[in-house]
Amino acid sequence: MLLTITTTYQPATDLGYLLHKNPARLQSLEITGGQAHVFYPEATAERCTAALLLDLDPVGLVRGRGQGDGFALEQYVNDRPYVASSFLSVALSKAFGTAMNGTCKDRPALPAQALPLAITVAVVSAPGPDWPRRLFEPLGYAVETEAYPLDPTQPAWGASPYYTLRLRHEGLRLQDVLTHLYVLLPVLDNDKHYYVDQTEAEKLLHRGGDWLPQHPERGFITRRYLRYLAAMVNPTLARLLEGTEEELPEPEVSTVDSASPREQGQANSAAETASPQAETDETTRGLAESTVQQPKLSLHDQRLQQVAHEIYQLAPKRVLDLGCGEGKLLRLLLRQPKIEFIRGMDVSHQALSRAAQRLHLDELSPRQRARIELIQGSLLYRDERLAGFDAAALVEVIEHLDENRLAALEAVVFAQARPAHVFVTTPNADYNQLFEKLNAGDFRHDDHRFEWTRAEFASWATGVAERHGYQVRLVAMGDEVEGVGAPSQMAVFESI
Amino acid sequence: MPQDTLKLPELSLIVLIGSSGAGKSTFARRLFKPTEIVSSDVCRGLVADDENDQSASGDAFELLHYLVAKRLKRGLLTVVDATNVQAESRKPLVALARQYHVLPVAIVLDVPDAVAHARNAHRPDRRHLGPHVIARHRQDLRRSLRNLREEGFRHIFHLRGVEEVDAVQGIVRDRLYNNRQEETGPFDIIGDVHGCYDELLALLGTLGYVVEDEPVVDARDLGIRVTPPPGPLPSGRGGAGRKQIGDSIKGGVSGNEASHLTSGSPSPGGEGAGGWGTRKVIFLGDLVDRGPASPQVLRLVMSMVRSGAALCVPGNHDSKLLRHLNGKKVTANHGLAETLAQLESESDSFKGQVRQFLDGLVSHYVLDGGKLVVAHAGLPAEMQGRGSGAVRAFAMYGETTGEIDEFGLPIRYEWAREYRGRAMVVFGHTPVPDAEWLNNTIDIDTGCVFGGRLTALRYPERELVSVPAARVYCEPARPLNYRAAQLAAAGTAPGGDLSAQHQQDDVLDIRDVTGKQFIETRLLRGVTVREENAVAALEVMSRFALHPKWLLYLPPTMSPTETSELPDLLEHPAEAFAYYHKLGVERVVCEEKHMGSRVVVVLGQDEAAIQRHLGLTGEGIGKCYTRTGRNFFTDKDLETAFLARLRDALTTAGFWEKFSTDWVCLDAELLPWSAKAQELVKNQYAAVAAAATAALPQVEAVLAEAAARDLDGADALLARTTARRQAAADYADTYRRYCWPVHALDDLKLAPFHLLATEGKTYFDRDHAWHMETLRSLALADPGLLRATPYRVVPLGDPAEVESATQWWTDLTAAGGEGMVVKPYDFIPQGQKTLVQPALKCRGREYLRIIYGPDYLLPGNLERLRQRNVKAKRNLALREFALGVEGLERFVAGQPLRRVHQCVFGVLALESEAVDPRL
Repeated sequence: MLLTITTTYQPATDLGYLLHKNPARLQSLEITGGQAHVFYPEATAERCTAALLLDLDPVGLVRGRGQGDGFALEQYVNDRPYVASSFLSVALSKAFGTAMNGTCKDRPALPAQALPLAITVAVVSAPGPDWPRRLFEPLGYAVETEAYPLDPTQPAWGASPYYTLRLRHEGLRLQDVLTHLYVLLPVLDNDKHYYVDQTEAEKLLHRGGDWLPQHPERGFITRRYLRYLAAMVNPTLARLLEGTEEELPEPEVSTVDSASPREQGQANSAAETASPQAETDETTRGLAESTVQQPKLSLHDQRLQQVAHEIYQLAPKRVLDLGCGEGKLLRLLLRQPKIEFIRGMDVSHQALSRAAQRLHLDELSPRQRARIELIQGSLLYRDERLAGFDAAALVEVIEHLDENRLAALEAVVFAQARPAHVFVTTPNADYNQLFEKLNAGDFRHDDHRFEWTRAEFASWATGVAERHGYQVRLVAMGDEVEGVGAPSQMAVFESI
Repeated sequence: MPQDTLKLPELSLIVLIGSSGAGKSTFARRLFKPTEIVSSDVCRGLVADDENDQSASGDAFELLHYLVAKRLKRGLLTVVDATNVQAESRKPLVALARQYHVLPVAIVLDVPDAVAHARNAHRPDRRHLGPHVIARHRQDLRRSLRNLREEGFRHIFHLRGVEEVDAVQGIVRDRLYNNRQEETGPFDIIGDVHGCYDELLALLGTLGYVVEDEPVVDARDLGIRVTPPPGPLPSGRGGAGRKQIGDSIKGGVSGNEASHLTSGSPSPGGEGAGGWGTRKVIFLGDLVDRGPASPQVLRLVMSMVRSGAALCVPGNHDSKLLRHLNGKKVTANHGLAETLAQLESESDSFKGQVRQFLDGLVSHYVLDGGKLVVAHAGLPAEMQGRGSGAVRAFAMYGETTGEIDEFGLPIRYEWAREYRGRAMVVFGHTPVPDAEWLNNTIDIDTGCVFGGRLTALRYPERELVSVPAARVYCEPARPLNYRAAQLAAAGTAPGGDLSAQHQQDDVLDIRDVTGKQFIETRLLRGVTVREENAVAALEVMSRFALHPKWLLYLPPTMSPTETSELPDLLEHPAEAFAYYHKLGVERVVCEEKHMGSRVVVVLGQDEAAIQRHLGLTGEGIGKCYTRTGRNFFTDKDLETAFLARLRDALTTAGFWEKFSTDWVCLDAELLPWSAKAQELVKNQYAAVAAAATAALPQVEAVLAEAAARDLDGADALLARTTARRQAAADYADTYRRYCWPVHALDDLKLAPFHLLATEGKTYFDRDHAWHMETLRSLALADPGLLRATPYRVVPLGDPAEVESATQWWTDLTAAGGEGMVVKPYDFIPQGQKTLVQPALKCRGREYLRIIYGPDYLLPGNLERLRQRNVKAKRNLALREFALGVEGLERFVAGQPLRRVHQCVFGVLALESEAVDPRL
């Protein structure tokens, strides 16, 4: 990874004073993950270029990471040594810390001086070719990028995510340039695995304090930062998925727009490139409202409210939430004092720990604590812990199972557990045509194995009811639209 | 005359009764193992730090009852050392004995007050007990004595005075009548006969028994003699028959458990030759009623039991006949009237013998080291080998739900559905159209008297033999095939034509996979799966894997060789050869390692074969799945075409006939790597090369300028950067070798290297050369699809051969090949002290670029990479291997899916253990 900063300010060699690095020497310093070298390929009065070369140690990078810290080990072959990332930010602050703070002992007036500057970063990794522009142009830079193919011998594979980034500014303080690079290069990179620790993140936010609030892409920038603080993925699961050609689920982020893990599934970064606002309720494909901060209830929250309300009307004593995810429905159920006991089950251990956190289970009074229990389980295995409940909810769960495994779910829930009432919700495929970003035949979420039309859902639900002695009614969820129905649908089963 | 020994049932709950100071603890310690004694004083000490703290009695007795319950549940004789002088303190103990079907025994230590008091006086902790305490105990005791039998104690020993107590020098533990664990068979187990004498003769004939008349000399003679078939079964597997030594055959090995691993030869571990004795018949009861010749049947069975040629357990009909013969008033319905009429002409002496015979029948038998249980109506695991009225009732009548069906017959509670015991249970009682396995149990009453068949099960062969009924002797109240007809009529039979086991296996129980699992395998004694790993596996299995019925086997991980010390190399064949040589393996097989995706292929000759053997319908003729149980194919059409073509290749090769099978399980590599790993190749491997190719030349350019300025250190950095650019180019060349576009079926190549299993058989007993040759001949049938794996056999004692194999590897890897896999010649080498690695991989220098990264060979890097440890990986490989073999063996042996799934799930769970993935 290489960063060069060139100025034609006269005398250009003042750059050396600003950076507090002697143009006549090549200096090396130890940084996290390897070494940084600072040197000047040219240093004349007319034109002076400082280079920061990051020499990351690929072997050390892997070795340094102890096992079980959530580091996805499949990435032992990775692009880190070549790409501007959070490592560069760390190196910047170490090599050019004085300049970043705007101090210069020998030339106290220099830091305030706006300079003509040209910056080259070889290379950056970006979610798309327009992103460098979107991040740097608002700050007054002229932006150029050079793209590269993924593999010149495989033209069909298309472009790589790597760019040489060239920035120019007619007059800007060096301090500002360094700060911009410090904050924005890792944002561009968005690496999920080499995260910066808490204090580092605070430093980053501190660096952006002056200009970030006015930046039109501040939402994107902030969101990407917060990823660094995400709870680490379950290390055990990560290792398991590691051999399976499968992307890890994105770590959940506790932001306003956090997705439910029901929807989380196999969220992968490819979908994210579609739109930066895509991380709303219907997660990766950006199907819901475009503004995150909008107070209106998300589709998912509406669904949960509706299910909670249906359950409330039954006044059940014991309730099951099957596929409880991070516990949004559990929270609503806990507010219904007549429910004596709630058991939340999910197949994801990670989701359960998050649910426990979000529901503050550790802080509940003993009486309240006794009302709720979270268990790991699977709807494909018979489970006696599911017996003896008055109501069970399966909110947006069935579509995450392969269709040929629904028979097992049916046996587990309707033949063996046999709650008196069962609420099953699933997306309504008829409604999909209203989602502009969704191609025909595509599903709303990468992990959906199927999405049913109202007729398909009705046929399944009536079949289940007949086979197991339930009666069933079908309910639209969300605002109905002529001809296509509501976004979601619910089957309410009642044991006869 | 005081008794010097007490005879007790081997499994009993012994309640000591006596006042404080009566000497109970001393008595118990003298005659029982310390672990067999549960003492109230000790429990009081455990919960209160003070054995005499009476305020702790409530908790102490709760603990005592808990301990007693755990021991009884596990079938262990238990002695309760407490005063037990009051009925209310004995009551919960008797209840526990009943709950666990154990015989309660009372031993009363009736010692005079003075003695007890004197003893207490010697003990500082009891000195404070006043005389009134002992007096009260004694009073309670005396009051208790006459009620003990009524309270439920089956044996009562009243030891009067110190002398009688001290006289007891030993305890004789009587075996329970049902314990015949030393009888290892082989057996021919015959279902409900119901007086069908002709059919019984025919069946015995088919089974090879000779039935002859015998002169009647004495009134007790039955006039008939049955001789078992000589030697081992004509169709039987296993070693030469051993002469029967009656009941003294000890601990022989059941052929069922003598796994295929040992080519059917008796496995070691059994005493003696381990061969089988003479065959013996076991009658499952209901000899009489409804049929035409109940007395003849009785005569034959009695003769066989008397001569030791048969065992017999009682059925409900036999029991009712006995009650009649005992003079009890019974209703002569359900065919008893016919039996009574047939008995009219028999002599009183015969009837007397019948009465005696039926009276002596034992409810059930536990045979063959606990591997086989026979009972008329079956028996759940917790009742096997136990003795109680409840056990006897269950064994004869089974359990009903309390409901009555439309034919007026009680609806039976299907205990077999929930059966999870270790023993095979063979039973009758409920007529079924076909004998079907369910959870290692089988009902072989095929309704002969109702016009069905008389069926025998050969044990341990698990082979069914039956003869048809000559006619319908009795119309059943409920048609024999009633259930099947009912399901067919409903049209929504959940399992369609699936067997009972396959239907049951549709949904597995979470208990079998969650929590810490301890799995017994034939290769390793107990493989532990930690809970956290099971947690991870549950998610992967539930969200991504195929239906568990497809997952017969998951391959183990493979360790690389130890790290080579040769320059520029991390791995070299020398370490692999040295590893096996050191462990005493004389020959190895070196197989070229294909760079693709590891897959397991399960393929049927047609969909019907998959339905028959796997119990899956509508899911095609096979599946090709990855190491994590996930479908390899995402494109259904491509999958269908691939499997059909593979099936056709096997057909062309004559595979189905040659192996007399209609399904197969193969271990293989599917190429190219990019077929499955396309995204990984692009996002991971190609991306790294692209980033390096974009960045490094710019770095070189800037460093060249710096070098031109004579900056110190710039030259060295430049040289290093140039080397890295070259390394990145080499790295890109390496991954490109394993990628080619997959547009159509023709672009896929399958390289099978293990023939894992076919119907009823695994091939872990065949050497790798056999596997290679067998699969090569398959490959010839469709070279466009199948790739034979180049291999060579290397005798490790021959330096020239070793050298030549090393050269082979050098050439292979220099040409860009991934490397080779070194395996012991035998799949599972025998005679080693420990299990050896089933395979070691030895990867080439170029290939390792994509594992260790472009720069791994650069100065300073390789030295550090050598610090790797293969131990954890090897340990994992062995455990996974043992589980994989176990699962597949269980599958071909017809075990319930949960037993197979447990192993497969275990492999998946172990895969989540933290091990350096570059190994």
